[in-house]
Amino acid sequence: MGLIFEDGNLSAFAEGFLRTIELSALSALFSLLLGFVLAAFRVSPVPVLRYFGTAWVTVFRNTPLTLLFFAVTFMLPSLNVHIDSFTAAVIALSAYTGSFICEVVRAGINTVPLGQAEAARSLGMGFGQTLGLVVLPQATRSVISPLGSVFIALPRNSAIAGAFNVPELFSFQKVLSEEAYDIFAIFFWIALAYLAISFSINAVFSILERRMAVAR
Amino acid sequence: MTENSAELRDAAPLVALRGVNKHYGALHVLQDIDLEIAQGEVVVLIGPSGSGKSTLCRTINRLETIDSGSIEVDGKPLPAEGRELAKLRAQVGMVFQSFNLFSHKTVLENVVLAQVKVGKVAKAEAESTARELLERVGVGAQADKYPSQLSGGQQQRVAIARALAMNPKVMLFDEPTSALDPEMVNEVLEVMRSLAARGMTMVVVTHEMGFARSAANRVLFMADGRIVEENTPDAFFTAPRTDRAKDFLSKILQH
Repeated sequence: MGLIFEDGNLSAFAEGFLRTIELSALSALFSLLLGFVLAAFRVSPVPVLRYFGTAWVTVFRNTPLTLLFFAVTFMLPSLNVHIDSFTAAVIALSAYTGSFICEVVRAGINTVPLGQAEAARSLGMGFGQTLGLVVLPQATRSVISPLGSVFIALPRNSAIAGAFNVPELFSFQKVLSEEAYDIFAIFFWIALAYLAISFSINAVFSILERRMAVAR
Repeated sequence: MTENSAELRDAAPLVALRGVNKHYGALHVLQDIDLEIAQGEVVVLIGPSGSGKSTLCRTINRLETIDSGSIEVDGKPLPAEGRELAKLRAQVGMVFQSFNLFSHKTVLENVVLAQVKVGKVAKAEAESTARELLERVGVGAQADKYPSQLSGGQQQRVAIARALAMNPKVMLFDEPTSALDPEMVNEVLEVMRSLAARGMTMVVVTHEMGFARSAANRVLFMADGRIVEENTPDAFFTAPRTDRAKDFLSKILQH
C-alpha cells in the first residue's frame, strides 16, 4: 500500500489527480453551458433549433464515449483540425455529457407549470426572457439532484481519456503496473482518488439542493 | 353603469373580433365570433363549461391562436408570435384562474420583474409603482413574502397588481375566482369592481353572477362555441331571450 510514497510516485499520482480534476471541471463547465443551450433549443418555438437539439441528444447520448474519443482524436485531424489530446478529451466529454444535461434540464423545464410561462408571455416577455427569467430558475431547482448524478459520472467517464494520451489519474495505473507494483495496491489508491472527487461533487450538490429548495 | 354602455360603443372599439373560428381537432370551440369591446367597457362572459368562453378570452392576447377571422386590439391586428406580439401582450393584462405568480420571486419582485425587463422602467421607479399597486389591492404588507406564503385571494390580488403594473389598455380575467375558497372570492371581486369603476376596459370570464350584475356593462352568454345572447346584465338576468340562457340561469340561480 505504501507504493504511492516510493520513487517519486506521489508527484506523478498528484499530477494525474489534478489532470483529472482539470479535465472534469472544464468538461463540466462546457457541458453545462451546452446542456442548457440544447435544452433551450429543444423547447424553442423554432423547428430547426428543436431538430438540432433532438439530433444532438440522439447522436451523442447513444454513442459509446470511447467511440466519441476515437472520432474526435482521429476524425478531426483528417478534417485538418489539429488539437492536442487534452482538448480532444474535453470536446468529447463535453459533447457527450452535454446531451445528458440537456435531457435533465428539459425534464426540469417540464416540471414548471405551463401557467408560469403563460403569465410571463402575457406580461410581454419574449421566449428568451420567459425561459431565462421565469422557467429556467425554477427548473434548475428541481434538477439539482439529477444534475449531481451526471456530474459524478463525469470524472469517472474522464478515465477513458487515459487511453487517448492524456496523462490523467487512470493512466497512472499503466505507469505503475509497468513498474511491477502490486495491482491491487495501485487500484486502491486510484479508486480512493476517484472516490474523493465523487464525494466532493456530491457534497457540493447536497449543499446546493438545500440552499435552493423549492417553495411552491 | 349600464346606461352609458351604448354610448361607449359608439367610439372605435378597443378590442374587435371578427369572424373568429377555432378548432381543437374535431371540436369547433369558437364559431364565427364577432365581438367589439369599447374603451372603458366591462364585458362579462358567462356560460356552461366547455362553451369556449375561456378560449375566447385567451385569444385576445394570442395565448390561443385562431384558425380564421381577425382580432384587433386598439385598431391593430394581432401580430404573429415574436417581438411585436410581446409588445402588444404587455398592453393587455391577463389574470389567470390559477394565479400563476412566479413562485421563485417575492410578491414585490413579481410586480417589478416585467416592468424592468419588458417596460425598461428603472428599478427604483418600478418598485415604487409596485408598492403603490400592492397597497391598492390590499396586500402591501405581504410585499416581501413568497407567493406560496399567501392565501389564494391574496395571490390573485397580487396577480392583478402585476398585470396593472404594465399599465395595460385592457385587462382579461380568465375565471379569476374559480380556484378560490368561497370566503376569498369577495376580496378579489372588490378589487375588480374598483378597477371597473376607475374606467378600466375589462373582459371577465366568470361564474360570479353577482359581479356580472353589479359591474358589467354587457353580458355575453356563450354556449357551444357561439355567443348565444348579448345584453345588459339587468335585461339578461331578468329576461333571458334564449332557451339555452334560461336553462343555464335556472340551473345556477335557483339556490
